[in-house]
Amino acid sequence: MRKYIFKRVIAAIVTVWVLITVVFFLVRLMPGDPFTNPKLTPEVRENMESYYGFDKPLIVQYGNYMVNLLKGDFGYSMKFTNKTVAGIIGETFPFSADLGIRSLVLAVSIGLVLGIVSARNRGKGIDFFCVIVAVLGTSIPDFIMGAVLQYGFGIKWGLLPVARYEGIEYTILPACALAFYTLASVSRIMRASMLEVASQDYIKTARSKGLGEFRITAKHQIRNAIMPVMTVMGPTVASVLTGTFVIESIFAIPGMGKHYVDSVSNNDYSMVLGMTLFYGVFLIICNLVVDILYGVADPRVRIGER
Amino acid sequence: MESISRPSLSFWQDAWRRLKKNKAAMFGLTLIILYGLLSILAPMFSQYTQSQMDASARSQMMSSAHWLGTDSTGRDLWVRIWMGGRVSLSIGLIAAVVNMCVGAVIGGLCGFYGGKLDMIVMRIVDILYGIPSLIITILVVMVLGKGIAPLIIAMCVVGWIGTCRFVRGEVYRIKEQDFVLAAKVLGIPDFKIIVKHIIPNILGMLITNLCMAIPGAIFQEAFLSYVGLGVTPPNCSWGVICKEGIAYLRNSPHQVLIPAFFVCTTMLALNLLGNGLRDAVDPKLRGTE
Repeated sequence: MRKYIFKRVIAAIVTVWVLITVVFFLVRLMPGDPFTNPKLTPEVRENMESYYGFDKPLIVQYGNYMVNLLKGDFGYSMKFTNKTVAGIIGETFPFSADLGIRSLVLAVSIGLVLGIVSARNRGKGIDFFCVIVAVLGTSIPDFIMGAVLQYGFGIKWGLLPVARYEGIEYTILPACALAFYTLASVSRIMRASMLEVASQDYIKTARSKGLGEFRITAKHQIRNAIMPVMTVMGPTVASVLTGTFVIESIFAIPGMGKHYVDSVSNNDYSMVLGMTLFYGVFLIICNLVVDILYGVADPRVRIGER
Repeated sequence: MESISRPSLSFWQDAWRRLKKNKAAMFGLTLIILYGLLSILAPMFSQYTQSQMDASARSQMMSSAHWLGTDSTGRDLWVRIWMGGRVSLSIGLIAAVVNMCVGAVIGGLCGFYGGKLDMIVMRIVDILYGIPSLIITILVVMVLGKGIAPLIIAMCVVGWIGTCRFVRGEVYRIKEQDFVLAAKVLGIPDFKIIVKHIIPNILGMLITNLCMAIPGAIFQEAFLSYVGLGVTPPNCSWGVICKEGIAYLRNSPHQVLIPAFFVCTTMLALNLLGNGLRDAVDPKLRGTE
């Protein structure tokens, strides 16, 4: 197990390094640069370029960036010149994280319940309902869900605030919009895996021991069926986080997603790099944690690795 | 003598027979064909064009003159929807097919030959897999410039990885089986083994994968167009129409709801078809009713 974790951590570090390098050179390939502004005189421009070290060869800039990064310095934003990249991330990330966690909790809890209920009542009305929810959920992109919810609950019926992020009632619509897709896929996976587990020998054994249906489902079936859901949690966190890109702009939430898209279009090199790195590392860590937890939770994986 | 037999059906006949029985999948297939035909034909038989503005008919609801109403600059939504459909559907199809081919070739080679090539490619795949694909897609679009072709290229830079992993695993499993060994013993060249024995065995699952990948690609296109990194005027796509409409959500919601309806029903149809195909090509269910 320790060897496995060690290998995974090394792989994660290499991935992060590749990510930084690829993004560093990709941003430089973008047409235009952060100082494309007709108001700047050539002298100011030159000063700015030397201030940010753009007059040096690219490889030196890369080296400097990496050294600063190792010291924990993300540099200054090139558009909001008086702010550090780390500062902007620190300001905006809490909003995205808050929204993301709310919708994840919503999606996973309801998704699991739907999947379990529908598998337990296979072929009945409630199963049909859950399957329809799952198919609909995976067919509606989150920005459309956002727009529809905003129109229905916010504008037409005036039940909930339409935009901004200032209190609990403001979080409901964006969190629901973001959660729907994940909810649907979690319930779909959970249903399929519950049905598969139901025909396994250990369930038959439990039944022949005379255990009650509730105990069989709760203690044996769910515990085993939840594994496939856990494997998709890494990518799910990724999709929820990137989903916030659009949901934030629809609901005018001052989070990180909107800033990311803006800084890409502004050619704000240091912001793009810093935020990409932040997203990337965050997701890589999520995947790592999920994989390790998976090993811990499933004895078969644990023994297989030894 | 009593004979117990069933009519001999080829794999594809059997799959098609089972797909036909699946009502949801047939509904999906019909809808997709319908949307495809409408995208090709509808703009040709309309008196309007996709960028023709009419200041006297802004943000109108559905009427006999404008079947799906007009947008905020008086452009006819019926024509725009189907012109956007051409872009959205073809981007989805092309990106998914390219990803499938690239992934299948690389994954197939790795799985069949193994060895150093396999090790190196798999390390690269593992690393790419860890990087959030959307970030790379956004950056590549920025480097190549906006438009339809850059969008497809950007979606293909990392999109092949899923197929590659899946095909590699399948090929790895199949090449260990006896019929491949038999072919090798008979001295059949590798190329022929791959084309005649291995590919037919994974084709069903590949097609299912393709069908599931198209909605993903359409979704991604809509997302990128929505954040302003996708298709640029005069071209439009369903994502662009949604984005243009959202500013007028309060007063004329049909400008968002109509394109949203077509995006959702397309994704729904493809999902249903994909589910049906998955069941139809599953060898475990072969010959069952």
